[in-house]
Amino acid sequence: MNLKETYTISIYSENNVGLLNRISAIFLKRHINIESFSTSLSEIENVFRFIIVVNIDPNKIKKIILQIEKQVDVIKAFYHTDDETIFQESALYKVKSSSLFEERHIQNVIKKSHANIVTVSPEYFVIEKTGFRHETEELRKNLVEYGLLQFVRSGRISVTKSKMKISELLNTFNKNK
Amino acid sequence: MKNNKSNKISGAEAVIRCLLAEGVDLIYGYPGGAIMPIYDELYKFQDTLQHVLTRHEQGAAHAAQGYARTSGKVGVAMATSGPGATNLVTGIADAQIDSTPMVCITGQVASHLLGSDAFQETDIIGISTPVTKWNYQITRANEIPKILAKAFYIAKSGRPGPVLIDITKDAQFEEFIFNYEHCIGIRSYNPVIDVDMNSLKNAAEIINKSKKPIIVWGQGIILGHAENEFKKFVDISGIPAVWTILGLSALPTSHPLNKGMVGMHGNYGPNILTNECDVLIAIGMRFDDRVTGNLETYAKQAKVIHFEIDPAEINKNVFADIPILGNCKDSLTKIIPMIKKRKHDSWINRFDSLMEIEEKEVIKSDLYPTKEGLTMGESIKTINNYTNGDAVIVTDVGQHQMVACRYASFIKSKSNVTSGGLGTMGFALPAAIGAKMGAPDREVIAIIGDGGYQMTIQELGTIFQTKTAVKIVVLNNDFLGMVRQWQQMFFDKRYASTEMVNPDFVAIAKGYFIDAERVTKRNQLDKAVSRMLSTDKPYFLEICVEKEDNVFPMIPTGASVSDIRLS
Repeated sequence: MNLKETYTISIYSENNVGLLNRISAIFLKRHINIESFSTSLSEIENVFRFIIVVNIDPNKIKKIILQIEKQVDVIKAFYHTDDETIFQESALYKVKSSSLFEERHIQNVIKKSHANIVTVSPEYFVIEKTGFRHETEELRKNLVEYGLLQFVRSGRISVTKSKMKISELLNTFNKNK
Repeated sequence: MKNNKSNKISGAEAVIRCLLAEGVDLIYGYPGGAIMPIYDELYKFQDTLQHVLTRHEQGAAHAAQGYARTSGKVGVAMATSGPGATNLVTGIADAQIDSTPMVCITGQVASHLLGSDAFQETDIIGISTPVTKWNYQITRANEIPKILAKAFYIAKSGRPGPVLIDITKDAQFEEFIFNYEHCIGIRSYNPVIDVDMNSLKNAAEIINKSKKPIIVWGQGIILGHAENEFKKFVDISGIPAVWTILGLSALPTSHPLNKGMVGMHGNYGPNILTNECDVLIAIGMRFDDRVTGNLETYAKQAKVIHFEIDPAEINKNVFADIPILGNCKDSLTKIIPMIKKRKHDSWINRFDSLMEIEEKEVIKSDLYPTKEGLTMGESIKTINNYTNGDAVIVTDVGQHQMVACRYASFIKSKSNVTSGGLGTMGFALPAAIGAKMGAPDREVIAIIGDGGYQMTIQELGTIFQTKTAVKIVVLNNDFLGMVRQWQQMFFDKRYASTEMVNPDFVAIAKGYFIDAERVTKRNQLDKAVSRMLSTDKPYFLEICVEKEDNVFPMIPTGASVSDIRLS
């Protein structure tokens, strides 16, 4: 058995209703769990970008990419290992305000973690931390004892170290047309 | 702006005008609440656009498939929302896995009702997503021309497939100014990759040096309209060529280098020699597990050259030493001048001597049985005697399908219509209706088992109403024969739910006013087939065959192709 590896899949696509379903169906059909998922505008106008993180056998990832690219509304898909990308996750932590004033230690925790305080109200305050999984995770663990009211972490967002030649690809299409 | 009312048409009328603009003159379907505006327009356009009312939406989908397979055009099926749409799904899934160009149009509840669990509302976009090449829900009439143009373009370009367009009822009623333009390209979709000349040169070099080469061809030859180029390639290279079930009929049966079928119930030689060849040239096929058997032991000794239009098929199941992406008509045209004219006599002798073994062990008793009961094989042989290979053979799924594909002879392409990838029982009867309408000048013979026949038997009504002259042959063994064969071989003859107590099929056909007869004895067979094939009306022939015959050769699931069994 091959060991599984973590891959970040980047998909450049049209922004059409139903494409999300189409892409997730590719993973569903193969019984592959999606670890993290995010979507946003890309650097190109009217082109969307999906970032999907999966743990799968190295010999499967290429086939998945081809299945994704086969979808009509997908412009191009790539996969990268962690050392080929720069990636981050964001997390929000909602903590009781009383602990900020009553427990001095929490201020050190926040300082050390390089987290930002987003908002403070008499009842609660919200901390934001962007970083690697282990960093946001460490802060979460440290905050639990101070009464963590809510915690949420985003899907991975990532950019690749190598160039993405999507604009060139689209230009070729326009020229050929 | 001459935006007066007379320039506006309804979304429903626009659908019809789009179909006409795409050259559609025949569609299959079933009306219902959410698609009534379109049917109302069909009524007005009935002189230019024929609608065939099937007896079930699944029948409409399979008929559209059959039509596409024999005509080479895009099949069109129509249904209402909810159950109408879900009933299409089996046919859509079948078209997806067998790369059949099809456009399905479904009605949908009005857009303001979407998501409200309205009467006959179902999320057909969600349901059909995994089994369509593309799908789209239209909620505004002005989307119709562009989306339908895109639908036809996607369905027929590249590797063909089914597209489903769902149109809300309000969009069908809405009026707008109609303007149609054919789709000529989609920026995110590259249907055919240009052939790489270097790969072709490398491939030609390997082919020219090969000692024991084999060609395995699939439906890509037919879908790519590359039959002539393919025949030239085979003739010049002198390489023995074998086919997948969907590739059948692309090269005439009698061609001296046509060495038979690969796969689970394929011929003995092609399977064994797959594991002896030094070069395997796969053209327009996708190494389905029914073709390859155990992948760990499949053609490991061979260099694999894979001609393929769909990049996702390269290295999916079998590693290709030289992938050749692109349309095989184009790539074959370009490689032919590089191929040396050769003969592979001693290698071909291997095929022939293995065929002799198969003749002796299997074929002889299939085609010239000495026992009392009729065999499926002799039924097909008798049909061959009258068609001389010039008929479209439509098969369902199971033993009869394997036997028909093994023994039916063909002289023309697009003559084998069967459900290959999905293995859809119930496919043949409605597909035969479409096949006949797609090739009205040809004899179309549906060969069906008693199980599959009863899954879509209601389409006899369509045949009767449209007077479509299909010939229906039911090879009746009162069993779900293929499952029974597996139960016999792998489940100690525990025949769980495979025996069928069947009705009087002849009476049923006659109930639909279709001429019908039943054959139970060998001396009746020839005359019955002759009668069936001498009428230009629909005809039903039931042939009662041996109940517990098995199909051989056979590669058991998980076994290697070279471990093919003759008994």
